[in-house]
Amino acid sequence: MAADDRPTNILVVGVGGQGTILASELICHVLMTAGYDVKKSEVHGMSQRGGRVESHVRFGRKVFSPLIVRGEVDYLVGFEMAETLRSLQWLHSGAKVLADTKAVLPYTSQVGEAPYPFDALERIRQQGYELIVVEGEEIASRAGDVRTANIVLIGALARLLPVDRKVWEGAIRDNMPKKFVDTNLRAFGLGYEV
Amino acid sequence: MKRVLLSGNEAIARGAIDAGVSLATAYPGTPSTEILENIARLGGTKAMWAPNEKIAVEFASGACFSGHRALAAMKHVGVNVAADPIFTLAYTGVKGGLVIVTADDPELHSSQNEQDNRRYASFARIPMLEPSDSQETLEFTRLAFGLSERFDIPVFLRTTTRVSHGKTVVEIDQWQDPSPPVQPSLEKDPRKYVMVPVHARLKHVDLERRIAVITEYAETSPLNRIEMAGTELGVVTSGISYNYVREALPDASVLKLGLVFPLPTQLIHHFASLCRRIIVVEELEPYLEEWLAFIGLRVEGKSLISRFGEIDAGTVIKAMAASGDQAPEVDADGDVPQRPPIMCVGCPHRGIFHLLSKRKIFVAGDIGCYTLAVAPPLNAIHTTVCMGAGINHAAGIEAVHDEEHGAVVAVIGDSTFLHSGLGGVLNMAFNEIPATVIILDNLTTAMTGRQDHPGSGFDVHGNRTRQVDWEVLLQGLGVEHVRLVDAYDLKLLGETLEEEIKRNAPSVIVVRGACMLLRNRPVKIERPYRIDAEICTNCGVCLSLGCPAISRRNASESEKPEIDGAQCTGCELCYQVCRFEAISEID
Repeated sequence: MAADDRPTNILVVGVGGQGTILASELICHVLMTAGYDVKKSEVHGMSQRGGRVESHVRFGRKVFSPLIVRGEVDYLVGFEMAETLRSLQWLHSGAKVLADTKAVLPYTSQVGEAPYPFDALERIRQQGYELIVVEGEEIASRAGDVRTANIVLIGALARLLPVDRKVWEGAIRDNMPKKFVDTNLRAFGLGYEV
Repeated sequence: MKRVLLSGNEAIARGAIDAGVSLATAYPGTPSTEILENIARLGGTKAMWAPNEKIAVEFASGACFSGHRALAAMKHVGVNVAADPIFTLAYTGVKGGLVIVTADDPELHSSQNEQDNRRYASFARIPMLEPSDSQETLEFTRLAFGLSERFDIPVFLRTTTRVSHGKTVVEIDQWQDPSPPVQPSLEKDPRKYVMVPVHARLKHVDLERRIAVITEYAETSPLNRIEMAGTELGVVTSGISYNYVREALPDASVLKLGLVFPLPTQLIHHFASLCRRIIVVEELEPYLEEWLAFIGLRVEGKSLISRFGEIDAGTVIKAMAASGDQAPEVDADGDVPQRPPIMCVGCPHRGIFHLLSKRKIFVAGDIGCYTLAVAPPLNAIHTTVCMGAGINHAAGIEAVHDEEHGAVVAVIGDSTFLHSGLGGVLNMAFNEIPATVIILDNLTTAMTGRQDHPGSGFDVHGNRTRQVDWEVLLQGLGVEHVRLVDAYDLKLLGETLEEEIKRNAPSVIVVRGACMLLRNRPVKIERPYRIDAEICTNCGVCLSLGCPAISRRNASESEKPEIDGAQCTGCELCYQVCRFEAISEID
């Protein structure tokens, strides 16, 4: 493939229950509506019980593999700090990182056996990545529902992708249950302005 | 033409309905589960959960014998359970089209092994289609029923996790079936359907005749295609691997096989004659590679691509770039703590495993969410092999350790028990083995995403149906001592456990507590709990429950535990284990 045909790679990571898959689903709908070829891959089942959730989203003129090759991620969207830090091995040096400040402690940290990397975002910055920090839960509460933190991050990502804001808002209207649409649109808007 | 984003499983559902399937049935199993759920959602046909995969295949084949199209879906290991009917269905053939979906799980994302079910196709002599993305999955599923009828044989449709759960853009068109369904009719034809030796010997010969006909079809079928680029390198591939090849090796020519059994020998020879070097890129077993070697080609495959786990485009690039010079994969996690999956907050399995863990008894385990109890802090699962095995492990251990009665218990989920546990209990009762079986009844098939089953009282559409009566069932199997206990009552649970482990007779404890994730959870969520830091001695017993809502501040060992009120479901287990009465309900 010619260089400009290279698909764009988005890695969305979080912990089971954070809405990671729903978020990547929304991203894919938007990119498809905008006319791109899109592929998405993640794993269901056992790993979702409080484990790491990792969703690969790829778009471009033509996408073959649904999986991103390690070291080729363009955008990392991280809903949980330790998982965001753990994902750096997936990025290329020019990648952009959108990181929520949320910490979900794994069991070994809960009991105090393994230190939790509370300095994760600082460490990401130190490694030279362009980092956009998003106070997901705080902004989501302002939008009216703390559970829309994932949509806040989607808003921040939308700003960076070559798709019109209206397409994103349309996708939220089409894909969310009616009673949650307004809150999600507010969360998206606040994220977009971050 | 409509563009939609579909998972492979959604595409199978649509394809089956487009092809006029009359009966679709399945037992849930990752990564196949959503196939039947989507067929039920789309409607227009009969969709039904089966108690296990063997029943699903036999159930579906009954519909086919009467001339209707039917589908049975399962994960790769489900085919092991269903293998008995499958091998002989190759002999009988079908009348209406029969499609058996095998969703394989390379990398064992949610499975106990990563067997490559392409081997089943060549072993059972059943044609197998293997799509590469959701578009092909839709098209192959539509065609599979007609092929099954045309060649009078069941057809396997094989996906892998990345095809089943990957979402890709699908263009949906108005589709006209090139081979419309046969006219349903129930006719007696013993020579076809009664596999006594005298009939089966003839059908075995007939099976090979049919395979020869399908091989001829494979030579020219559009399911297999050559995509020519350079002549230096030719890659033979199928399924998901095709995508990795096309991305990693844009200059290579590709023979893409959509029909992976039977294989088109002449087409492969023709392709090999066009390229200087021939390699096979496939996940897991050297299935295609062995065939190429068998027909006399010089081929490289597993010398380049690992036999273990999944591959991706990066694997292919590395394999081609540096033969024999591959750096081992580094674990680049650094000091970020591991995050293994754990039981949910409020999970009904937590209490019983806390007790089993404390008692340090040997626990013969099974397949389900409760298998997570293998991990710290519970460490209370000691065998897990396949569905239904735990009961028999416990019975086997008990049978040969007469003098050490009470050294082992079996645990098994409600759905798993109804899948393949009944026989184990029957064996225990029949042979008077004094083992204790604990049925963890959370009223759903939880691990795969909460599917209903004969013990849940609901069908695939969520409509009420008959519900198994556990006491009647177990007593009917010959178990005299059946106890029903609330999963959240630790005291009663502990006492019952002691009594039944000591009892010198087969016994079953049904531990009931609905899965926390059930939408219509019958148990009311109580108020959250808190820990009074003044009273707390930091003994850590509440932490030993492994509840995600309880943690030490700042992940520091010297800090006392706290309960996250936003997560706490009020299951009360921590309150029950605290010896200092430091835990109480939030007012």
